[in-house]
Amino acid sequence: MNRRDLNFAERLYLSEVFKGLWLTSGHFFSNMKKHLARQLGFTRIEKGAVTFQYPEERRPFSPRYRSRHRLTQREDGSPRCVACMMCETACPARCIYIVAGEHPDPNIEKYPARFDIDLGVCVFCGFCVEACPEDAIRMDTGIVEIAAYSRKEMIYHIEDLLQ
Amino acid sequence: MPTVTINQKSLTVPEGTTIIQAAEQLNIEIPRYCYHPGLSIAGSCRMCLVEIEKMPKLQPACNTRVTDGMVVTTQSPKVKEAVSGVLEFLLINHPLDCPVCDQAGECYLQEYYMKFGLHDSRMNENKIKRHKAEVIGPHVILDTERCVLCSRCVRFVREVSRSHEIGIFNRGGQSEIRLLPDQVLDNNYSGNVVDICPVGALTDRDFRFQCRVWYLSKADSVCNGCSRGCNITVEANRQRAHHGEGRRVMRLKPRFNKEVNRWWICDIGRYGYKFIDDPSRLIQPLEKQGDELEPLDWSTAAERAVGRIREAKQRGGAGSIVIVASPQLTNEDLFVTRKFFGVDLGIDQIDFRIPDKNTLSDDDFLLRADRNPNTRGAEAILLDGGGFDLQRIIESASTQSFGLLYLCEQDLVKKLGSEPARRFLGQFDYVIYQGSNENETSGLANLVLPAATYAEVNGTFTNFEGRVQRIHAGIEPLGDSLPAWRVICKLAQTAGFDYGYESAAEVFVELAQTVTEFEGLSYEKIGSEGMKLPETQPVPA
Repeated sequence: MNRRDLNFAERLYLSEVFKGLWLTSGHFFSNMKKHLARQLGFTRIEKGAVTFQYPEERRPFSPRYRSRHRLTQREDGSPRCVACMMCETACPARCIYIVAGEHPDPNIEKYPARFDIDLGVCVFCGFCVEACPEDAIRMDTGIVEIAAYSRKEMIYHIEDLLQ
Repeated sequence: MPTVTINQKSLTVPEGTTIIQAAEQLNIEIPRYCYHPGLSIAGSCRMCLVEIEKMPKLQPACNTRVTDGMVVTTQSPKVKEAVSGVLEFLLINHPLDCPVCDQAGECYLQEYYMKFGLHDSRMNENKIKRHKAEVIGPHVILDTERCVLCSRCVRFVREVSRSHEIGIFNRGGQSEIRLLPDQVLDNNYSGNVVDICPVGALTDRDFRFQCRVWYLSKADSVCNGCSRGCNITVEANRQRAHHGEGRRVMRLKPRFNKEVNRWWICDIGRYGYKFIDDPSRLIQPLEKQGDELEPLDWSTAAERAVGRIREAKQRGGAGSIVIVASPQLTNEDLFVTRKFFGVDLGIDQIDFRIPDKNTLSDDDFLLRADRNPNTRGAEAILLDGGGFDLQRIIESASTQSFGLLYLCEQDLVKKLGSEPARRFLGQFDYVIYQGSNENETSGLANLVLPAATYAEVNGTFTNFEGRVQRIHAGIEPLGDSLPAWRVICKLAQTAGFDYGYESAAEVFVELAQTVTEFEGLSYEKIGSEGMKLPETQPVPA
């Protein structure tokens, strides 16, 4: 990409610093005004911006927010998943790895011998949840702090996902 | 010959043609479950109902013969309603377990529901429960809940395999496919019932839960299991390596060729693909150092091979070198082998015939005793005018010593037995083995050159009738392995002969110009159905 060279005034940064200060204080005072107005009972004036003191204080999520995946369970605690590979197929990031196994109960037949999601690659699009015909995968855990010291640890296995 | 009009399209067909066959010629799709062109007509599924002018009721297209002036409609509201109704009946007790069913993605219940059904279920009663996941043979698993009772499998075991293992038992809604008393679906053609089953009732145990069918890529090829040369499709999973324990070729399916195998293949061929992704595959050149085979790179390996060939030739002349090619190789491979060793190096001791101590036999259908796909081609390419008799050397157990053996894709230890093979190999100062898989013979070689398998190369095989058929690469050669003709080209280049072939097609052009039997053939002429060599005698079995 070709970027324009800065001219002399821009290179001094002085005007830009003042522009920035003007913007910041503009937001500060307008929020202050809104908060004060509401405090004084003018409820029709819109809410000012709020700062959440994360991580002590958490912002509430909407119920349809897509957080970390979980595998739902049957009554006996085994995964509802039947390894149909629908989520694996639908996944645009190709971060789901399922290996199917033969279930001893012929009415279940198929179960995931391995079910891994590479959360380092996942784009949290929710297609896996949409594709699932068994309601076996959901993204409703509310867990958003997904971090690890290595890429390998970002791969969640079936036992992590069942919790 | 009667002329029929189907959906306003007219066609003149031979006497005795059914409506479904005529419609096929006009590319009009008529849904069907029980009709299969390779089996007798049952007319039991009622999916192929069509409206015929002047007939009060709808008629099944599969068993109604065309008469002159017949006007057929497959699109009228009456037909659509009937077909949708039939489908609704067939789905009444269907378990709808598509997520666990291996047929999903190639299931005609799914296909036809989307095309001709799309109705909502009105079934309020409980579905009838039946046997699920019942193993009925070494290769086939049965799910009676999914069955639509089309009876294709029953007709197959009666009419094609003639082994009569399965039948339909009980009456009405209780009817189901079962094994006959004391029978197991165990014949060399049992895998075909999986192919012809239009739903997920009969599925393959070998393919079970290995991979979903929509992950598979397909390449037209020819089975390498025997000299029949059955047409197949190599179905491989090339994208998602975690399925099927990392193997790429997931299954082989027969491909229709009316001159060779029609719709069928035998189980030996169908399940004979495992060597392609086996851990025993040779993936880099190896050289014997002490007792161990040590890896080396291609250019060093080629130099070593050529150096040894030159040395043997200088010391003992061309007569001290023996080339053993293989009827597992394609025509192109064999031609380049002949060109390099025979023409350019002047070695005339080239053969491919190794007597096999394991006596194999034909069955009365497709399988042939000669379990090599290209014996006929090897004879045409390697043996025209050659008077060399390899068998004599092997069988006489002479003490004559040779300089070098170049052995392609033949497990001598397995074919001759350990003792004769070791004695034969012991007659050579240096043994070069070119092959796809490690075996006991490759372990006895001094230098091992990795070659690709038939699923990884383009080329042609010539079956026992002299039919030249194309094979297409379905996957990449594993590791550093190369198609056999490329291996020889590498050696030739190292030896100072640059053939400049870019593809197997270029090799074939030269093959057709050089070998008289292949004269006039080309990949275009061979097409997808193959082409017979002019005036050939079949190889005795």
